[in-house]
Amino acid sequence: MESDSNKIIDEVTRGDYKYGFVTEIETEFAPIGLCEDTIRYISDKKREPGFMLEFRLKAYRHWLTMKQPDWAHLSIDPINFQDIIFYAAPKKKKDLSSLDEVDPELLATFNKLGISLDEQKKLSGVAVDAVIDSVSVKTTFTETLAKYGIIFCSFSEAVQNHPDLVKQYMGSVVPYTDNYFAALNSAVFSDGSFCFIPKGVHCPVELSTYFRINAANTGQFERTLIVAEEGAYVSYMEGCTAPQRDENQLHAAIVEIVAMKDASVKYSTVQNWYPGDKNGVGGIYNFVTKRGICKGSNSKISWTQVETGSAITWKYPSCILMGDNSVGEFYSVAVTNNQQQADTGTKMMHLGKNTKSTIVSKGISAGKSQNSYRGLVRVSKNATNSRNYSQCDSLLLGSLCGAHTWPYIQVENKSSIVEHEATTSKISEDQLFYCQQRGIDMESAIGLIVNGYAKEVLRQLPMEFAVEAQKLLSISLEGSVG
Amino acid sequence: MLLSIQNLHASINGKEILKGVNLEVNKGEVHAIMGPNGTGKSTLASVIAGREVFDVTAGEILFKGTNLQKLSVEERAREGIFLGFQYPVEIPGVSITNFMRTAVNEIRKYKGLDPLSGGEFIRFMEERKKLVEITSNLTNRSVNEGFSGGEKKKNEIFQMAMLEPALAILDETDSGLDIDALRIVANGVNKLRRPDNAFVVITHYQRLLDYIIPDFVHVLFQGRIVKSGGKDLALELEEKGYDWIKKEQEA
Ligand SMILES: Nc1ncnc2c1ncn2[C@@H]1O[C@H](COP(=O)(O)OP(=O)(O)O)[C@@H](O)[C@H]1O
Ligand SMILES: [Mg+2]
Repeated sequence: MESDSNKIIDEVTRGDYKYGFVTEIETEFAPIGLCEDTIRYISDKKREPGFMLEFRLKAYRHWLTMKQPDWAHLSIDPINFQDIIFYAAPKKKKDLSSLDEVDPELLATFNKLGISLDEQKKLSGVAVDAVIDSVSVKTTFTETLAKYGIIFCSFSEAVQNHPDLVKQYMGSVVPYTDNYFAALNSAVFSDGSFCFIPKGVHCPVELSTYFRINAANTGQFERTLIVAEEGAYVSYMEGCTAPQRDENQLHAAIVEIVAMKDASVKYSTVQNWYPGDKNGVGGIYNFVTKRGICKGSNSKISWTQVETGSAITWKYPSCILMGDNSVGEFYSVAVTNNQQQADTGTKMMHLGKNTKSTIVSKGISAGKSQNSYRGLVRVSKNATNSRNYSQCDSLLLGSLCGAHTWPYIQVENKSSIVEHEATTSKISEDQLFYCQQRGIDMESAIGLIVNGYAKEVLRQLPMEFAVEAQKLLSISLEGSVG
Repeated sequence: MLLSIQNLHASINGKEILKGVNLEVNKGEVHAIMGPNGTGKSTLASVIAGREVFDVTAGEILFKGTNLQKLSVEERAREGIFLGFQYPVEIPGVSITNFMRTAVNEIRKYKGLDPLSGGEFIRFMEERKKLVEITSNLTNRSVNEGFSGGEKKKNEIFQMAMLEPALAILDETDSGLDIDALRIVANGVNKLRRPDNAFVVITHYQRLLDYIIPDFVHVLFQGRIVKSGGKDLALELEEKGYDWIKKEQEA
């Protein structure tokens, strides 16, 4: 009976990746491999001011002294950085009349991914920055947002047009010395998004960036910086996909968030990089450093992530709760199937008084995958009367997968309360039979049960994202039932 | 003939539970199946519904003239077989509304009908809730999660009302209910009775049969239907207990 339902679940979870196509576009590449010249090439391509090149070179030199971390519950094939192309940009077609115009081939690519960059048809209520390989190809709504004093543009444009802001905040939350992949990113990052919400402004639309890897043998190293001034609010969403390829591709990103007094930033991710095939061939290595600082009192940063893609995910969106009464949240659903590996979680660093954090992590493992939650809650001596609540649940589909939970808790004062709950469960044959008896087939039943399990997290997502995420959850576990 | 079971043998893990069951149910009829614990009543219901953990080793089940052997659990459900579970399972985070909307639309798709829109579905659901006297916000809650025994059983009746099956098998829907809940369950069945559908009510006690008057009563004992009769048989069982059947069988 056990093996019977496992067999069924195995069949159902043999899903296919739906975004694996490649766009045929002329692309300009940096010479393969990594050395100081590569960095000069990138900086030069982007016509960066001197401080940027300096920052990059310092990061690179520091990176050379570092070793790839091995503490995560991941088995990673050695990465040969000399086999990677660190910069790839679609060539601008000569016959495009204005600078603003986007290659129709690229528009079609994003359309195929469900992202409309067409000013006429664009999703109402959402501004999009579209990044392909190493460059941003289009940011919508920029002018409208400018009326509110909001800056939403590609990182490259920010470097050109707002160098002082970039200088002030870049690396202030994730310094280039932070970790191996952060140092690498700081050296070679090529684009990403920049958001600045001025004092007292409630951003009227969702801001979003869609990352697409297209070119072969390239890595994507993007960097996002979000600054919310006093009393500002913004909700930001991030999505991503990549073609289906037999070799692994590296994606090492940095996201930094700064929230001043009374500011609130909500950051949502639906991560759907190519996960590799069912035998574990190919797929994206997703090594990401995401961190926000609640700098002022009563500020709030909320991370929500739905992680379904990537061969390997190494990612811990974190909050530094510096301001008194500041709030950090982390809501996560991580799905691993076939040979995927995920080691993900969060760090909540309580520094200010009366700070609060909430962690809700829902792992779903299928196939032969490994899914780990790793989290640190640290309450410093001065963070009196602070609170954390953590809930880490694991759902196993089948018996060949693994789920692991590593919660680390350090509390340095007596007035704070930290609570941790963890559960592990399976989809039972009883539940499947119950659904099927109501006329619901196995695939839909698993989709329904998994979405129910992840509901607490999914309902944190902005409307525009929630439906997509629900579908994605079912699809990642779906396949061909006989 | 809606349901026709002939010489049905079924086993689980090599252990034979049903040892030659014969049963015929026509449209418009209500059948009660009674019998001591562990005698195979729930197994019979599960086998009709197509639960794969049971092996059918001999005999056949015809539903609307079709041999069910080849149909999956969900196909049988879409053909109009409904099982009210003795122990309904919890599905955390899935609201009854969402669950039923998925089910109703899957069944409609099978029948070649367009799915109900959100508004149409809600209207239909409200109407059905009224019919089976569900006044609470039950439908916003997750399927069976944290439900009392009575709520679980009412939920089964509500789902039956939503899916309008041709054949509803209710497995001890009456056990553990107080008199009010029992009345709601029985009223639900009575309101849904039509000339073109049928009910098989599995029960341990004749109490339910005061409210749902059966056309036939069968006694299942050690994997076989050993006695059939009218509604008086239920009263006789109530009075004499099952020992009488046991003795008769041993003789
Ligand atoms: N899943 C199962 N695995 C093993 N034995 C079972 C299982 N389900 C039922 N049985 C056995 O089948 C027999 C009949 O059970 P059941 O059909 O539940 O009886 P009833 O509903 O009449 O009380 C019992 O001996 C029970 O132990
Ligand atoms: Mg039973």
